[in-house]
Order: sequence, then structure tokens, then C-alpha cells
Amino acid sequence: MVLKVFFPSCCSSAESGILIGRWISEQNSAVILAVVHFPFIPVQVKQYLSEVQRVTKVSVSVLGSWSNSKQEKEESLSEFLEDLGTIFSHEPWIQISKEGDSKFWSCSTLQKQSNNPKEEEIILVYYDQRKVMLSHLHPPLATATSTDHKADDASKLSAVFDTVAKSKILFMTDRYDDGPIKLTHWQSDGVEASIIVELMKQASVPACMLLTFLLSLISGICRSRVLKFWPLSFLWSKLSTCEQLGHRLQHLQVISSNKKAQNQTQLMRKANIFVSLLIDVALGILLMSWLYRKNRIGHLADTLIPVADHVAEELQDLLQWLMGAPAGLKMNRALDQVLGRFFLYHIHLWISYIHLMSPFIEMILWYVGLSACLGLTVALCILSDIIALLTFHIYCFYVYGARLYCLKIYGLSSLWRLFRGKKWNVLRQRVDSCSYDLDQLRLLVVIVQGLIHLLVDLIDSLPLYSIILRLCRSYRLAAGVKFRVLEQQDGKPLRLLMQVNPLSYGSVIQTYRLPTYSCYPKDSWTSLCKKLFLGELIYPWKHKGEKQD
Amino acid sequence: MGERRYRSASGALVALRRRQHSASCRELAVRCPRLQLRSLSAVTSAVWLAAYGLFVLSENSMVLSAAIFITLFGLIIYLHFVKVDQESLLVIGSLGIQVTSSYASGRESTTFIEMGQVKDVVINEAIHMQKVIYYLCILLQDPGDPQGVSEVVPLFQSSKPRLDCLIEVYKSCQEILEQRKTAPQSSGIK
Repeated sequence: MVLKVFFPSCCSSAESGILIGRWISEQNSAVILAVVHFPFIPVQVKQYLSEVQRVTKVSVSVLGSWSNSKQEKEESLSEFLEDLGTIFSHEPWIQISKEGDSKFWSCSTLQKQSNNPKEEEIILVYYDQRKVMLSHLHPPLATATSTDHKADDASKLSAVFDTVAKSKILFMTDRYDDGPIKLTHWQSDGVEASIIVELMKQASVPACMLLTFLLSLISGICRSRVLKFWPLSFLWSKLSTCEQLGHRLQHLQVISSNKKAQNQTQLMRKANIFVSLLIDVALGILLMSWLYRKNRIGHLADTLIPVADHVAEELQDLLQWLMGAPAGLKMNRALDQVLGRFFLYHIHLWISYIHLMSPFIEMILWYVGLSACLGLTVALCILSDIIALLTFHIYCFYVYGARLYCLKIYGLSSLWRLFRGKKWNVLRQRVDSCSYDLDQLRLLVVIVQGLIHLLVDLIDSLPLYSIILRLCRSYRLAAGVKFRVLEQQDGKPLRLLMQVNPLSYGSVIQTYRLPTYSCYPKDSWTSLCKKLFLGELIYPWKHKGEKQD
Repeated sequence: MGERRYRSASGALVALRRRQHSASCRELAVRCPRLQLRSLSAVTSAVWLAAYGLFVLSENSMVLSAAIFITLFGLIIYLHFVKVDQESLLVIGSLGIQVTSSYASGRESTTFIEMGQVKDVVINEAIHMQKVIYYLCILLQDPGDPQGVSEVVPLFQSSKPRLDCLIEVYKSCQEILEQRKTAPQSSGIK
């Protein structure tokens, strides 16, 4: 079978030495991790390798020899390298040699107990050690869900990625260390570190503790008995602002926990929540700074009352029209008058209430607007709640009308079975035209609320950190690899370059999206319209997981 | 190995280029016909004439600038996401098969399928509108069932070469796939 040698591109210019790495015998491939230079004592090398093996659980061993000669091929050196094969016994012993600046290396294997003396083909695959080490290989989504996934059928390339990722400790020694072993790998010119990252790591521990303490205080207050009485608890559960705040509190608790993330998904989730919170608060503060300039709050408060008045006037006109003879239809006068007067009284009460509140509106808006600094999603939820509260009277009309309409529809459907084929009794349709018109207004309000909820859900569930990572460091999220064939020369092994193939944006969003609490999935728009038509009540504040009655 | 011309399913000329990099590595690339200048001019003129007609009706010059913007944007989207320049297949024995599509804007979209997952490469036939067309596809192994096929990956979907071209590609692929059957000593536990 073909022998595959994965060689790190950073070691192409290394001095002569021996190659250490992992031999994967099932796939007949050797993953080379580093080059150990002369002079070394074989016993110390073996000790070091067993140490590394113990810590990383990767079976690192000496795989072969590497000779990089600037001049002509030295005969003595090649004999010396062959003799090394007897000290570090490994089957097969790989010998790679590079002459001068030539791109084409010669690669051969020594098999001591070879039963077939045939020369097997060798493929040399170059890989970027740093990128492969930092990359996380994502299995295709179809196989990720299969339950009978045997370890032997695991992707061969994931074995290569795993080997490099787990050998981090091997890359921690650079050439400035005074140890007995001199290695060349991607970090041998100096271990990479960032001052900012180190400072943040130091600062994060006390910050997390402070945050946990504050959060425990806040959640203690929220859970106190005072807020649990029936009217208040009903109100808290219905307002979407409270739901969103609870959601964000939960997110903060996830971030500020002291435990380190166990695996990739948890780490990405934490990072996504953190970045999403940061951007949310930044946008909220931006919105606040825009809102509090040039007395915009005052203008908003000033226009609110006239708009409410206007809506009330339009509704009153509509009801007067319906109480008469709308579009020439003859209606049940008594029922019309009762319902019309009932609804008119509602509107009168509502307008009086709004006028009563009018001097305080600006102050309320000012203080409520301050809560936008908690995040843009909170501001949008408050907007949605304000709309709901302002149009509450319309919702009451809708409830009365819809209940009556529902009763009528039930009556009609039972009669329909009896009187099939006969002419439809129009007289029975009396109050229902009223419901249709109210339904339009109600539909508009429901659509606006639905859009706001959708926007909030989108902002909540979008994995921003993953998307930014995919944009800036695309090699960290790998869907697979791609090979590029480099220049070939006859007689020399096949040269390939292995590069990381990044995950597509759609898969990034699908894999890392955050769970939300919404009740407006895509397919419920049709059920919404169906409910409207049949007269079933729509509860715009019902959330996923609550019982439907 | 050189380049030969064939016809695609719709009658356009496509070119097949075969390269042998080593005994177990072959690259087969099918080049699609380029974007024709006359079709591009026809579409652009049609859009601009329609926009001019709208402008005459509505007296709003925004229509003209919108038409220019739409044409430019549409052309960029078409070249970057739709128009395929070349589709190639790189078969590396004992590593896998790599399928690449290069778009007219230079973008390349690559998928690599490991040799352990490849069951076979076959030519299938499909009924498309009023024609029967042949296409080459890779059958992927079902990990649970050794006789089963978990997925079918069709190749050369934009260039759609005809049967004679497909037979050449098929023969090249099978020569390399057969090598893995003759050397099973390190094929591992399947």
C-alpha cells in the first residue's frame, strides 16, 4: 500500500536530525511532528518521548531520519543515519533527504522484516502545523447524528488533526530553552503569546467571581416572595421584557461560571454568548445616545397622546357606522346597540385613562428608555410591550367579537350539516362584519409584534463569535481538507499540499445557533391565519413550553 | 496527457484535460464554455430598454440608476455564485477523491471525500425534461451496512459532458480505484 508522510512545512529548512511523530499503521501513514537535531543522547530522547507520551496520550516515537545537506550528498552522514535506524527501531524507517535548495526531496524506507521487497509508492503531504493544530474538524452533519458510529470508521484525516492538536506540549519548548533535546517545529523560533490575552486571563478570575456574586444577589431578589403574589406573577409572565431579561440573566450565569469549557461546543457557546451580549449592549447604548439627544423623548411623548386620540376617534366613527346600516345591510338593531354602546364605553374609559396619564408619560418614557443600556433586545421588547399595552382595548374588542363569531361559526357548522345545499342564511351573519374589521387592525398589531419578536430571536440566536471567527480566522472551523498537487519530478515521491477547507456560513449558523424561547417558528404563520379565520383566540404572549388551553 | 474536445448535454463544446501526476494520482478537469459576449449584451440591452420605457412612463430618473445598479450587481452575483468555469476531479489512490468547482470570478469550492468512504464511481442515467442524460457519480459507503450506499454525489453538474467524455473519466478513475483492491494488506478494520 502507498505510504503517506505528513510533513510540517515549517521543518523544510531545518538542520539534519531525526524525525519524531506518530505512526498510524492502519492507514500506513506517518504524521511527523518535529525534528530532533544532533547532538543528542538516544537514552535522553527515549525518556523525553515517553514523558510526552504519558502526558498527551499520543504514541509519539522516532520515525526516521532527515538530512538537509547544503553541499553534495555526504556518504558518511547517510551511513550514520542508517545506523540510527538500529538504535531507534521502527518499522518502517523513513529516510528523507534534501539537497541544497532543491524542491524535490528523495524519500526512501528501510524495511528490516519486509516480506515484499517491492518498492512501495510514497506520497509526501505538506501541512501547516499551526493551522492544523488550532483547527477543529467538523464532521458532516449527516454522520454526526448517526448512532452506530464505530471508532474504526472515523475519518482518517481526523486522526491526523487529533495527533497534532493533542501534542501541544511538544511545541512548548523553543530553541532558547537549555534542554538536552533541540527540536524544530512551528514554535521553535519562540513560543507565541499575547500580552493582552494573558492580562485578560488574569483579570477574568476576579471579574467572574464579582459577576457571580452580583448575579446571585439579583436572582435572590427575583425569587423573593414579594414578587410572587398572583397579580404580579401573572404580569411578569406575560411581559416579554421580563422573559428577555430572565434569558439574559441565564446567559450571564453561563459566562461567569468558574468551570472551564469541556469541549469545543461548550467553548463556542460561551464565546458566542459573550460576543452577542457585548454587541447587544453596545447597540443599546448607541440607541440610547441617539434617543436622548435633541429632546427626542419629549417629541415622542408629545405625539403619543394625539395618536391615541386619533385611533380612538376612528374607532368611534367605525362603531357609529356599524350601529347604523353598514353598506346597506340590515342588522339586528338591539344587538347592535348593545355591543356598540359597550365598545364605545370601553373606548371612552381608555381615552380618559390615557389623558390622566399624559403629564407622566414623558417621565415614564425617560426612565424606561434608560433600560436600553441593558441591550438592544431589551429595548425592542419594551417597545413590543408598550404597543401591546396601548392596544389592549382593541384586544378586548377582538376577544368579545371573536368569541361571538366563534359561537356563530359553531352554530353555522352544525346547521350546515342539516341544511346542506340550501341557501345560506345571511341574517345570521349580523355582528360578524364588525369582527372582520377589528380583525384587520388586530392582524396589523399582531404582525408588528411578531416582527419585533422575530428580530429579538434573530439577535438572540445568531452565533456572532462563530461568524466573526469564520470571517477572520477561517482555518479554526474546518469542514474538511483540500489537497493541491505541487510540482512533480519523475522518480521522486508525489508532493501534495494539505490545506484546511473552512466551514460554510450556513453550517456555522446551523451548528452553533443558540437556543431561544420564541413561539413564532416559520410554520406557525399559516396556523395564525387559520386561527384568525376560524375564530380561535390568539394569545400573542404565549411562549414555547406553556400549556395551550 | 493533453486536452480533447467533447460536447455537453446541451450541445456546447467542453474540453477534458487529463494529467497524471504519479502512478496513483490523476487529475481530470472539464472546462465549460465561457460566458458569451452576445448573450451578456442581449440581457443588458433588454434590461436597459425596459428601464427606459419605465422612465418615459414615470418621469423618475431613479429608475435608470436602479437599472444600472441592478445590472452590475446581478452580473457580479452571477459570476461569483452561478457561472462555473471548470470542474475538476483529483483522484489520489489511498487518500481520497477531491471535487473542485472553479467559478468565473475565481472562487473555488472544494470537497474532499476520503477513500474509506468511497464505494465506487459509476455512470448513471437520468431523465431530464425530454432527454435522457448520463452523469458520473460517486457512491459513498454506508458505515453500518457494507452492501449499502449512504449517499450519491453527482459530478460535473454544470458542464454535463456526454457519454463519450464520461467513459474516459470513468476508465481513468477505475484504474486508480482498482489499485486499492489489489493492495489490501493495510486496509484496516472495516
